[in-house]
Amino acid sequence: MTNVPITATKPKVAFFDFACCEGCQLQVANLGEALLDILGAIDVVEFREVMSEKWDKDYDVVIIEGSITDHHAEERIKKIRARSKVLIAYGACACIGGVNGMKNSFELDEIRQYVYGKDFKLFDSVKTRPIHQVVKVDYFVNGCPIYPPELVEVIKCALRGLPYTVPDNPVCVECKLNENVCMYDKGVSCLGPWTKGGCNSWCTSNGNICYGCRGEVKNPAKNAAAEVIGKYKLNADLIKNKFDMYNKCKEGDINGGK
Amino acid sequence: MAENKDLDIKVEYITRVEGHGDIVVNVKNGKVEKCEMHVVESPRLFEGMLRGRSVFEAQHITSRICGICSCGHSLASIEAAEDALGVTPSAQTIKLRKLLLDYEFLDSHILHVYLLAAPDILGVPSFVPLIKTHNAVVRRALRMKKACNDVCDILVGRHVHPISAIAGGFTKLPTPKAIDDQISMLEAMGEDMAETLKLAATLKFPDFHRETEYVALVSDDGEYPLLTGDIGSTDGKRFKKKDYRKATNEFVDPRSSAKFTKLSRESYFVGALARFNLNYDKLHPEAKKVAVALGFKPVCHNPYLNTVAQVIEIVHCYHHALGILRDLKKNGVDYSQEIVVGVNEKGAIPVRAGNGVGAVEVPRGILFHNYETDAKGIIKQANCIIPTNQNINNIEYDMTKLLPEIITKSKAEITLALEMLVRAYDPCISCSAHYLNVTFTD
Repeated sequence: MTNVPITATKPKVAFFDFACCEGCQLQVANLGEALLDILGAIDVVEFREVMSEKWDKDYDVVIIEGSITDHHAEERIKKIRARSKVLIAYGACACIGGVNGMKNSFELDEIRQYVYGKDFKLFDSVKTRPIHQVVKVDYFVNGCPIYPPELVEVIKCALRGLPYTVPDNPVCVECKLNENVCMYDKGVSCLGPWTKGGCNSWCTSNGNICYGCRGEVKNPAKNAAAEVIGKYKLNADLIKNKFDMYNKCKEGDINGGK
Repeated sequence: MAENKDLDIKVEYITRVEGHGDIVVNVKNGKVEKCEMHVVESPRLFEGMLRGRSVFEAQHITSRICGICSCGHSLASIEAAEDALGVTPSAQTIKLRKLLLDYEFLDSHILHVYLLAAPDILGVPSFVPLIKTHNAVVRRALRMKKACNDVCDILVGRHVHPISAIAGGFTKLPTPKAIDDQISMLEAMGEDMAETLKLAATLKFPDFHRETEYVALVSDDGEYPLLTGDIGSTDGKRFKKKDYRKATNEFVDPRSSAKFTKLSRESYFVGALARFNLNYDKLHPEAKKVAVALGFKPVCHNPYLNTVAQVIEIVHCYHHALGILRDLKKNGVDYSQEIVVGVNEKGAIPVRAGNGVGAVEVPRGILFHNYETDAKGIIKQANCIIPTNQNINNIEYDMTKLLPEIITKSKAEITLALEMLVRAYDPCISCSAHYLNVTFTD
């Protein structure tokens, strides 16, 4: 991990987006006046959605949203990485590929042709990859969208050169603390047992199921999972299909990143 | 000088819009040879990815087309899914969806007026320099944005990608305390609303006019139609939502490989100005008062004033939302309507093969979702037509008329005028990145 040197000038920070919905940068805007406190500690030099200013020198910290889905994006992220001391990937698209990864379930030319018709080749598209499958990532902030307090925490760590440990407990831990009735007991299947928490069981606390947006826990309790699937007579394919909504790009990690 | 002027403008990555777009202008000997707006967002292929997914997952997936429009996409998706399934939402569900839409408008319009459009009018490149020069204004903008976000969090769990609003209804209904909290948070915004209107009265916009057709939802009841109604236009056209293809008439133009839309003329306009022009009479009385005070009347043909129409809608949605909340407080919420659905693996909602259309006004204009499903509720075909996609054709016609009117100005001034024009439409290119969708093969 590279430390950001503490100097008299404020650290130069830039936000960039790749293929995504830009919802995570909106979460930043949604911090409200707290955003001004962060802006007081850093120098935001580029943020296309809200700024026209451009920066041509190196960055202390870059905050990257979105996945890599075409050749141009691949070149662009490599150039950004070369100019950055620290790179933070934030949001499911950047960290695990997110919903963009569903594209990888189809034959690439087939799905391109379905959407763009006979001229599909005019629109470059490659297999979806999360940022770490293309360049080195120093910090990950999971979630679709990100949980804003976590991003603030990670930015603080990045500015001080401290490590940040990504929460690796299943969503169920937080769901239980929030005293929710288990979705399985309500008769529907949920990806909480397999998915990294840190979101304060955002979806299940609001009566919906967990869709797996923060990625799979490092060491899933396979026996317990098999028991859950057995106990509730679930269709394992249904669970796998659900998992592919956010986690399809995991295959890229297993195959060495490409 | 203007007669033989040469000009090449290429604005790469227009700033302060959602998503990535370019403006390309080429003038030779004073003659406009090219005046185009390009979408350069990476394709995300949403319609393709929806195939094979359960129609009960469509809201969750299509919400991710765009963070800023996620509540709007959710509502259009839900309407399309319910239409395909043959589900009729309850009166309470419709009321809560209208409230959600009010919040979406408030949040999005405030972001656009303050952070994306105002810097041009105040002559700075972004809101960042305004932190020093107009600190109170920036604080107010962020405070209002956060308040809209917070009421939305209470209603549906989250503004960016709502959680509890799904096909069939709501997975969590607001408690009496949640309703009280939303009322008091909106009421606390009152002073900031008043200041916003004072600011709006001082804004100056370029004087530019081009007659075009305005398209938006219309209805026969007295309510300003955002969720329910038919598709209508200022040229007197009217269609049922189901016939959205007759209203959009997508076509390929040799200028570009993109698909454009048109109705009665070469192009049409969707968004706040279209709604204002078509449905002015139905605005909340408080919003009408503001329109009168600003001297803003239908039919207005200046696209730059879309931002003013957004201000009027901020007032409308604010009062409309408070009206719904006070009604819920007075008449109570029927909690027996809270639903558990998941991906409907228990068949809580009866499923059939179908073809459903959703057409909802979202901040940037009318949005269409269309799903064809099989007997198990699996999506076979999907199509989304996005407001910005419908506006691009109109933006290009505007630019083509505007350019000769300002051709004697400097390149920097022309570029800024064109960028401001594009920004006035509040384009959302994240949404329109997949706007070349194919038509159904039937």
